[in-house]
Amino acid sequence: MTGAGGFSVSGYGPERGGLWARLSARDSVVRRLDWPLLLSALALSCIGSLLVWSATRGRTELNNGDPYHFLMRHSLNFGIGLVLMIATVWLGHRTLRGAVPVLYGLSVVLVLLVLTPLGATINGAHAWLVIGGLSLQPSEFTKVTIILSMAMMLAARVDAGDQLHPDHRTVAKSLAFAALPMGIVMLMPDLGSVMVMAVIVLGVLLASGASNRWILGLIGTGVGGAVLVAVLGLLDEYQINRFAAFANPELDPSGVGYNTNQARIAIGSGGLYGAGLFNGAQTTGQFVPEQQTDFIFTVAGEELGFVGAGLILFLLGVVMWRACRIARETTELYGTIVAAGIIAWFAFQSFENIGMAMGIMPVAGLPLPFVSYGGTSMFAVWIAVGLLQSIRVQKPISA
Amino acid sequence: MSNIPETGRTPRVQTRLVIIQVLVVSLLLTLGGRLWYLQIRNGDEYADEANGNHVQRVVQPAVRGAILDARGVPLADNETRLVVSASRTELMKMKDDGEAVLTRLAGVLGMEPKEVMDKVRLCNAETPQPCWNGSPYQPIPVTDEATTQQALQIRERSEDFPGITAEPTAVRRYPAPVDARTSQVLGYLSPVTDEEIQKAKDTDSPYLRSDQVGRSGLERTYDKELRGQAGVTSYEVDKLGRVMGESESDPGVPGSNLVTSIDARVQAVAEAELHEAMKTARTQVDKITGRPYEADAGAVVVMESRTGRVIAMASQPDYDPNSWVGGISAKDYAKLTGKDSNYPLLNRAIQGQAAPGSIFKVVSASAAVRAGYDFNDRYNCSSSYSLGSRSFANFESQGHGPITLGEALKFSCNTVFYALGHQEWKRDGGIKPKKDAHDWFYRTAHDFGLGSETGIDLPNEVTGRIPDRQWKKDFWTANKDAWCKQGKKGGTYVEQIAYENCLEGNQLKAGDSINFSIGQGDILVTPIQMATAYAAISNGGTLYDPTIGKAVISPDGKKITEIPPTSHGRLPIGKKTIEDLDKGLLSVVGPGGTASWRFGGWPQDRIPMRAKTGTAQVYGKQTTSWFATYTDDYTIVMTISQGGTGSGASGPAVRNIYEAMYGLDEQGNQDLKRALLPAPQKGLPKISPDGTIDAPEIRPYVPPAPEDGTGTEVLAGPPARRD
Repeated sequence: MTGAGGFSVSGYGPERGGLWARLSARDSVVRRLDWPLLLSALALSCIGSLLVWSATRGRTELNNGDPYHFLMRHSLNFGIGLVLMIATVWLGHRTLRGAVPVLYGLSVVLVLLVLTPLGATINGAHAWLVIGGLSLQPSEFTKVTIILSMAMMLAARVDAGDQLHPDHRTVAKSLAFAALPMGIVMLMPDLGSVMVMAVIVLGVLLASGASNRWILGLIGTGVGGAVLVAVLGLLDEYQINRFAAFANPELDPSGVGYNTNQARIAIGSGGLYGAGLFNGAQTTGQFVPEQQTDFIFTVAGEELGFVGAGLILFLLGVVMWRACRIARETTELYGTIVAAGIIAWFAFQSFENIGMAMGIMPVAGLPLPFVSYGGTSMFAVWIAVGLLQSIRVQKPISA
Repeated sequence: MSNIPETGRTPRVQTRLVIIQVLVVSLLLTLGGRLWYLQIRNGDEYADEANGNHVQRVVQPAVRGAILDARGVPLADNETRLVVSASRTELMKMKDDGEAVLTRLAGVLGMEPKEVMDKVRLCNAETPQPCWNGSPYQPIPVTDEATTQQALQIRERSEDFPGITAEPTAVRRYPAPVDARTSQVLGYLSPVTDEEIQKAKDTDSPYLRSDQVGRSGLERTYDKELRGQAGVTSYEVDKLGRVMGESESDPGVPGSNLVTSIDARVQAVAEAELHEAMKTARTQVDKITGRPYEADAGAVVVMESRTGRVIAMASQPDYDPNSWVGGISAKDYAKLTGKDSNYPLLNRAIQGQAAPGSIFKVVSASAAVRAGYDFNDRYNCSSSYSLGSRSFANFESQGHGPITLGEALKFSCNTVFYALGHQEWKRDGGIKPKKDAHDWFYRTAHDFGLGSETGIDLPNEVTGRIPDRQWKKDFWTANKDAWCKQGKKGGTYVEQIAYENCLEGNQLKAGDSINFSIGQGDILVTPIQMATAYAAISNGGTLYDPTIGKAVISPDGKKITEIPPTSHGRLPIGKKTIEDLDKGLLSVVGPGGTASWRFGGWPQDRIPMRAKTGTAQVYGKQTTSWFATYTDDYTIVMTISQGGTGSGASGPAVRNIYEAMYGLDEQGNQDLKRALLPAPQKGLPKISPDGTIDAPEIRPYVPPAPEDGTGTEVLAGPPARRD
């Protein structure tokens, strides 16, 4: 089988019986899916629904008096995410490979639109597109397209057997492709997303086998840039304070410091078993801001305790461990790079989100994959799961 | 994987994938470790912090218990008033320190903005009144006389009045039934201080910031019982302070009621009669100074002889105890404590001390018996007693010849006691005392409870003073420097005295013991001490600790803790001597006795009256009037500072009190219907489970018409001399 194939789902071989028989056949896609990955991701999103519900059912100023408002919206997003995942698996990452230039172009246009009057600021981040009644956060899709476009370029000649590792020119070109949307997102500004993209780029380069110089250079640029900003005093003191307030809430006691302090109290007060769902006093008292998105982990910490919050960490661990397996076991570099990019994305974004809630990372508005409320993020994350599954189920080209 | 193409899986990529995996694992472990640190290691700490975050404690102060008289008439209770208070902590958070809010508040309350702002500023050395003297963290009352209308306006527009509360609050009230103010006995309350809160923090009765604390009188002695325990309700609130639920509630314990032995009616009589007696004394001209008597202070104690319970205790000048309610004004405070105030806060019945004069002679007579003299032997009542060049006179220099000690009490003969006191002093070794000196006179004074507190259940009782040898020494040590500086041989009288004191003020001299024998000189006693001593003679020798508190009854009337009478010893004399003293004191009222002219028409056969008059000299002042009396049931002691003679100034007042209690008229006819308290009150008032107190109606005291004030005098004849 070649090309966009690898599926035995789409109506071939009616002689093999009904749909169920085909789905349950030994070599069927359903059988070959990475079930631990899928179940963990599903569990995370289900837990997320409960947490979002708990965090929002009392926030009448947000839910217009309907305690189920966010639960319903979140479930809808979850459903759309699942459809997107299935579609991605259906199409397959190799089919998508051909569409990468189009997808890349589309995502750049979308992030550019944010800079036009169509862009909107929601929760302090100018990262949104509001079209009709729909609000989108294009930078979430950009994460996917950066991974896909870089993987396409870096793997092209390697998978073709021309090279052992991508050459400098290819690496430079791929970096340029990543830099364009990152620059636009930086202008929004949505620093959190840029940070995630930078880590994605790092993961992608690592997996591509690009020369160590590129890796070190990239790390060096990141660190150097940060030092430069600090030394040149490009940031006002309050901005530095806001950044540093995660470690020392005193630096910004009414703003970020207050938030992180309340978040830490919420998580800390959960103890081993937590207060029970809907019983968290910090949560019902709405002491933690942005609790359904950026600080969703505090709900888990307070209401589900060490056991529940630990379960979330465990499930995230399963997702990433399976993704690593997929990256290792796929036969093409393209799949390896895509999987590694997704791992870097999930790992860093989870670390940043949870670390921020626990006061070990600076505050940046990033959702917790699968768990946080937010449509675009949910769609992007499930598309990524679809990509991982697609890499897993696709038969090797030369099988 | 079975088929890895050479191109895809280079060792470099494999290594890189392992690196990614290691990085992912370490990130997750970091999160897990931090989670453990927050939730397991420091979980309790954060749980506490979370509690403090969302739990709002609302304190419902306990209603202070009432103070009741022996039959349940409230002497101190509470009324509900609408109190508008301002929280300084809230106001100070505002940009203009709450000025706008207070100005709006003034508008609603119909007050001047400045007046409101002055009330909530904190007092310091430079701030004139009004200002807030209590804790800055406690809501400061702006007014306790808000109307319902005003309170509603403030509560409904709470967003316009942040930090302002309008709550119905139980405010202490002293109803002064039938004008029985009982001021100094009841005492007063004032806000708790930070120090007291700190001190009481870990005890079983901690204070709240809003607490009022008893500062004197019964309010202070029984503060713990009366105060109860505030209820605390914890509400869970959200970030905006909206209440989300009640987390726990401690209903608190209302303060218990204190039943006293005070009878409001008798108290009213005692207060009115003391006041009247002092007013009358001021119309009399003192023959020694040629001026009208000052009668600047006075006290009267009415006591149950057989229990030591106080039925009435009045002290003049007095004050309106309600002036303390809701924070005392500067003007009122100056009136109560200023230099020209004559200190009405002092309860002179337990804090006023003076030389007892002749009412001390019961002690001297007892001392003589203890020293071996027979009560009924005859002792020469000469007109004067000589000591070297000095002559100690009998008043108006009248002699009675050889008389018994009983007769010496009857006539209040000084010279009999001079001689006895002097002899004893000599027997003890005079200026240089023997090692085993008996000092009978001084010792007996101590044994009668003088020179130490009686143990009454009121704070700050004073001890008085027995000027014995030890006291002389101590006093000399403390003052000799000043005396030696001031003293001058052959100077003015004062300088001469100082000179003598400087040289030998540490010695108990013959003159001292002679003066002491008739209760003059350096001796000081309080009215409550004398009442206790006379009650002991009356009851056969038991020195009771005077008590005002009779029982503590829970607000629902169910738990009754009686306060039984306790004693602090017995008189140092036998039954026979007590009977002798009793007979002597009876004869004081009988024909020829010093008080007989005040008791014409008294039914001595039915209600035998014992009395002793006293007139004590005070250097540079007019004489102190003392009158100590008892019947079978009651003991009454009255004193008026600069008031004249014992029988003269205090006699009619004391008789009027007895007449009101027994229901007697001037002719000695008893009308039990009119009698306020013909026998001591038994039993306690009933308090029903809903807290209502079954109190009888009482009528105001109407003093007897003074028409035959002279008539009584004619009946018995005016005194031939002062006692």
